[in-house]
Amino acid sequence: MDTKEILLQDVVIKFAGDSGDGMQLTGQQFTNNTAMLGIDLATFPDFPAEIRAPQGTVPGVSGFQVHFSSAKVYTPGDSCDVLVAMNAAALKVNLKGLKPAGKIIVNIDGFDAKNLRLANYPEGVHPLEDGSLDSYEVIKMDVTKMTREALKEFPELGMKEKDRAKNMFVLGFIYWMYNRTLDNTINFLTEKFGKKDVILQSNIKVLKAGYHYGDTTETFSARYKVAKAKLPPGKYRSIMGNQALSYGLVAASQKSGLPLFLGSYPITPASDILHDLSKYKTFGVRTFQAEDEIAAITSAIGASYGGSIGITTTSGPGMALKAEAMGLAVMMEIPLLIINVQRGGPSTGLPTKTEQSDLLQAYYGRNGECPMPVIASSTPSDCFSAVYEAVRIAVQHMTPVIFLSDGYIANGAEPWKFPTSADLPEIKVEFIQEKNSGDKFLPYLRDEKLVRPWAIPGTPDLENRVGGLEKQDVTGNVSYDADNHQHMVKTRQAKVDMIANYIPEQTLDSGPATGKVLVLGWGSTYGVIKSSVLELQAQGHAVSHAHLRYIRPFPMNLGEILRNFDTVLIPEINNGQLIKIIRDQYFVDAKGYNKIMGIPITKMELVDEIKKFI
Amino acid sequence: MSAILNGNPTLTSKDFATDQEVRWCPGCGDYSILAQVQKIMPLMGVPKEDIVIISGIGCSSRFPYYMNTYGMHSIHGRATAVASGLKATRPELSVWIVTGDGDSLSIGGNHTIHLLRRNLDVNIMLFNNQIYGLTKGQYSPTSEEHKITKSTPFGSIDHPFNPLALALGADATFIARSMDRDPKHLQAMLTRSHQHKGTSFLEIYQNCNIFNDGAFEIFTEKGSKLDEALFIEQGKPMVFGKNQNKGIKLDGFKPVVVELGDGVTHDDLWIHDETDFYKAQLLVRMFDDPRIVGHFPRPFGVFYQTQRACYEDVMEMQIQEAIALKGKGNLDKLLRGNEVWEIV
Repeated sequence: MDTKEILLQDVVIKFAGDSGDGMQLTGQQFTNNTAMLGIDLATFPDFPAEIRAPQGTVPGVSGFQVHFSSAKVYTPGDSCDVLVAMNAAALKVNLKGLKPAGKIIVNIDGFDAKNLRLANYPEGVHPLEDGSLDSYEVIKMDVTKMTREALKEFPELGMKEKDRAKNMFVLGFIYWMYNRTLDNTINFLTEKFGKKDVILQSNIKVLKAGYHYGDTTETFSARYKVAKAKLPPGKYRSIMGNQALSYGLVAASQKSGLPLFLGSYPITPASDILHDLSKYKTFGVRTFQAEDEIAAITSAIGASYGGSIGITTTSGPGMALKAEAMGLAVMMEIPLLIINVQRGGPSTGLPTKTEQSDLLQAYYGRNGECPMPVIASSTPSDCFSAVYEAVRIAVQHMTPVIFLSDGYIANGAEPWKFPTSADLPEIKVEFIQEKNSGDKFLPYLRDEKLVRPWAIPGTPDLENRVGGLEKQDVTGNVSYDADNHQHMVKTRQAKVDMIANYIPEQTLDSGPATGKVLVLGWGSTYGVIKSSVLELQAQGHAVSHAHLRYIRPFPMNLGEILRNFDTVLIPEINNGQLIKIIRDQYFVDAKGYNKIMGIPITKMELVDEIKKFI
Repeated sequence: MSAILNGNPTLTSKDFATDQEVRWCPGCGDYSILAQVQKIMPLMGVPKEDIVIISGIGCSSRFPYYMNTYGMHSIHGRATAVASGLKATRPELSVWIVTGDGDSLSIGGNHTIHLLRRNLDVNIMLFNNQIYGLTKGQYSPTSEEHKITKSTPFGSIDHPFNPLALALGADATFIARSMDRDPKHLQAMLTRSHQHKGTSFLEIYQNCNIFNDGAFEIFTEKGSKLDEALFIEQGKPMVFGKNQNKGIKLDGFKPVVVELGDGVTHDDLWIHDETDFYKAQLLVRMFDDPRIVGHFPRPFGVFYQTQRACYEDVMEMQIQEAIALKGKGNLDKLLRGNEVWEIV
């Protein structure tokens, strides 16, 4: 039969299934395939904290949403056009996120009596048969049966192994639906299973079977196409947040000439940075999986003391455990980078859900007067340059720096116009080699930035002692002197404040310099604020958007910008944290919009909120 | 007491002293330990700038301030972890950890055992005084049961750690015990610690004359030392006693104290073998409370030593192997990845 091709501008697909159904991999494969075509996109993986939550149940549902478009994409989309539901629970969880008249592709094998019961559908209720989905376009497929059928020539595979390839059938079908090639996925499978030929061949077989199924059945009368996006010219690749972060760290190490040491204890959603960096041995990267969060940061302090870039990666609960050691690094005035990929808290909280609720912890959460620079990334690809900056500040200002990302950024993906090594600014750093005051070495003698010299062990004549006890300025000797303590507290604060002279001024992301509303954000709310503000601007409203990368110290001109607007609105995925700091520092009566549900703010709700102030 | 190091002027123990006033209580055992460390360091053949001393928190942890080397007075219990990060990145440095019984066995117990299993080539000097001194006299994880302290007015109900048994349990590759009151022995043990490739775990009995005076008197004072302390040496029979008249014999797996003479000779005694892992398990367990009648003498010396790959060496080897196989990392290749598209 002839299928016509329909051109669409914008599509959101949600792949949903049991956490063992391979939906994350399916989503990632589709994402890469889409990216390679030059289509803009953003993704949002959403999975349970349990590796294998009870099969078939609502808590066990794993989802991957991908938004792709020939226009610029800033968010993974408020709701989806197409829902792939591998079982009843996946449908139940995700139906509310499907657009009216949207398409549902269901695996009917996942809707047997057992699955319906596990998904807590009332006795006798069958969503595929009771007409409740009549307003949607439902495409029913027996994925399990067809997968098994496709693999009947593979007697060496058990039923379980065969069923594991189900996601490839769905992926093949979606590839057909959007008129894609299978090449990148076949390459991926070859790389992954190259040594296990049976597994490789069976996966390819099922992938093709899914594709041909679309071709040979009269499922759809049309296939869909999304054109290339009009992105700035250049070379692109797809990148995830934690991956960009790892690359940024390696790049900073290469461009500064300082070896990279990561001390880390596994914690969701930061562990992928440890996994990633542990691969880069050819860059001289040393990764140390410590016995706990405290050893992770203190080993990094030891590495920094020895002249490496000491880094530790964690999430909220680990951050809490590291607080004392951060104080040591502040006192010793040595470079260190603490990366917190935030998740829902407090305590263990929501390990796989996103939240921006560690900002106050990063700002204030230590004993004593303990100022540290805080930097935040706003999108997956932004992690690269933001963390590069964080390393620069740490090594050039001899200070520990806190870097904030979150689960949404960490696991999200987007196209990235990647730089070349030559594009990256040098990070200049020098170890002191000689005595700095006649025949003496004074470890706390400061330069014009109030920065002390970095004297690493192995340097003759500069032997000195550092530590957590209060230091006499200049000499670095232990001092309990009253005036000295006041002076040192003020000096450490001034040193961090002065970094404002060495960072770019704040700019507006969009909108007029003065107007009714400024939407001020930080971190992962970037995409939703951007798209909401652009929409309101298109409607003719005087709304502007500023997004902070440097949160401590703030850029010098931030106060000026804030005062140019009638209202400053600060949306955050927390109970109001940046807003407290802004009110405190600038006496601005900012308004908050706070969503604390472990999920991102949607464009629809934010547009409504901003409208209240126009 | 001198050594010529790489053309450097001759170093003496004075070169290892700083201009900082030593602030331990008069009579503290730490003074002797400091003196012995300052004596052996010029003889190690290591340039002063390549030595780093890292401590945690506690009386003993003030040590780095008094040593004219690189030093860090870190935070409570974490010196072992700080040292791990330093040694992993700077294997050529001679790294020494100064810690106490509270620092390394209570708040920092976790890092201690993990350092031992990883076997980084660093030296742990555990000053054990069986009390919390800096916080003014609470019981520690090595304090004996029933001990009356400020926090245990009715007597401690905690069972104490046996530090060497703990270290051996964590697969330490070098364990030894010495005491502040025996400078020669302490120097010898410090030197052996330095010479060992891998983590050396040296427990030093140290008298806190303010809060736990005389805790080890029975092992250190003339009147009782010979009967209560058993100095073990490689290849030598285990002999002790005022007149060297007693020995330790192995009765199967069970050590027994025997009187020499009456047909019992050195040939019947347990001959110490530092490399014997199984006998080391027995030796560390000779840890009786000296108040108990029929207790064993407390051994001092090197209990056990073995060779195992050091963490930092294997780490470096993996890097070198990866580079040999694939060449040095290329940043542009990394950033580019495998799947690129171009927009013109």
